[in-house]
Amino acid sequence: MNVRSAIHLALGLVALAALVAGVPPGLAADTPDPVADARAFQKFFTDKFPKVTLQDFVNGPYSMNEDMHRQWEEKEQFPPYEFALDMGKEMFSKPFTNGKSYADCFPNQGIGIRQNYPYFDEKEGKVVTLELALNRCREANGEPPFSYVKDEMAALTAYMAFTSRGKPFDIKIPNDPRALEAYQNGKRYFYTRRGQLNFSCATCHVQSPGERIRAEVLAPALGILNAMPIYRSEWSGMGTISRRFTTCNSQIRGVPLNPQDDEYRDLEYYLSYVSNGLPISGPGARP
Amino acid sequence: MSLVRTSILSLGAALLFTSASSSLAASSEVDFKAAYAAAEAANKEAGGLRNQWTVTAAALAAAKKAADSGDFDKAVAQSKEAEALAKASIFQATSEKEAWKTLEIK
Repeated sequence: MNVRSAIHLALGLVALAALVAGVPPGLAADTPDPVADARAFQKFFTDKFPKVTLQDFVNGPYSMNEDMHRQWEEKEQFPPYEFALDMGKEMFSKPFTNGKSYADCFPNQGIGIRQNYPYFDEKEGKVVTLELALNRCREANGEPPFSYVKDEMAALTAYMAFTSRGKPFDIKIPNDPRALEAYQNGKRYFYTRRGQLNFSCATCHVQSPGERIRAEVLAPALGILNAMPIYRSEWSGMGTISRRFTTCNSQIRGVPLNPQDDEYRDLEYYLSYVSNGLPISGPGARP
Repeated sequence: MSLVRTSILSLGAALLFTSASSSLAASSEVDFKAAYAAAEAANKEAGGLRNQWTVTAAALAAAKKAADSGDFDKAVAQSKEAEALAKASIFQATSEKEAWKTLEIK
């Protein structure tokens, strides 16, 4: 065999391998398709709960049970998150020591923008959540960051969510492979079993919404972040998205990661994206 | 014949004695240190996979507490439990690298 026929044979084998694999070279068979994912995700829940309207999924466990829905309507007359809302509004409008304020850090002075968070920052190459953006704003203005799991952060995000109530989640995935990777990482985290109980997020919020776990009714994953932050009777206080994620991990006997670690940011990105189109309803109240 | 029987019985008794005495032997600080180091190494590996379990940390803490109070039998037992839990968390993280896809909504 001469050199030319050897090259032809090698090229032929490569082409045959590509044909057998059934995918174009350079494109993996399981390339993420967020649009198809979101469609399938929303269809799964609307098929599973045909009596619940798409918009009502943002009310979590209250959308799953008529009695609880009535209780929630009554609760909303004097919502337990109201004090946090007032505190958040006051904090948001109070200038920093340097005279600037949160409004200076956000588009539209921070009003009515919750539905656009988290977003993928192409400059940084990472997902930026609202909680992270708030602390970055504080630090950029010489203020110490707040704890991601305590009342101050919950109050600020409660106020910002309130100014976005009714606006549909509008999470974008830019044409950047890193953004798609972050989305896919978030999806993987959501479905990965962890902790000694061997639960994934999906175990409770996809396989078992509407079911009881002890005294609680599990919320559906669809729309679960639209109501954040939430007042939880179990916590006797407000909780941020960071608090929700870390607590979920502890409850299944997994050591939580640090709030705003990449995994949690990506998880929030994925969960928010698949709830695109559903209205912001935060701050919320949960049992 | 009776000599053979006596020898077999003696051997059996000796084996029983050896086995009983080894299981009754008290663990030492050296045993604890070795068992604890193995558990810590496994838990560190789980940390690298971002998948530590709270129960592993609790077993490690219990092992240390037992060792501090001089109860090395308990300290070794807790260390071994911690190591087993850490290894289970490593197995979970490794198998979930592909297994998560089976739960995905499609």
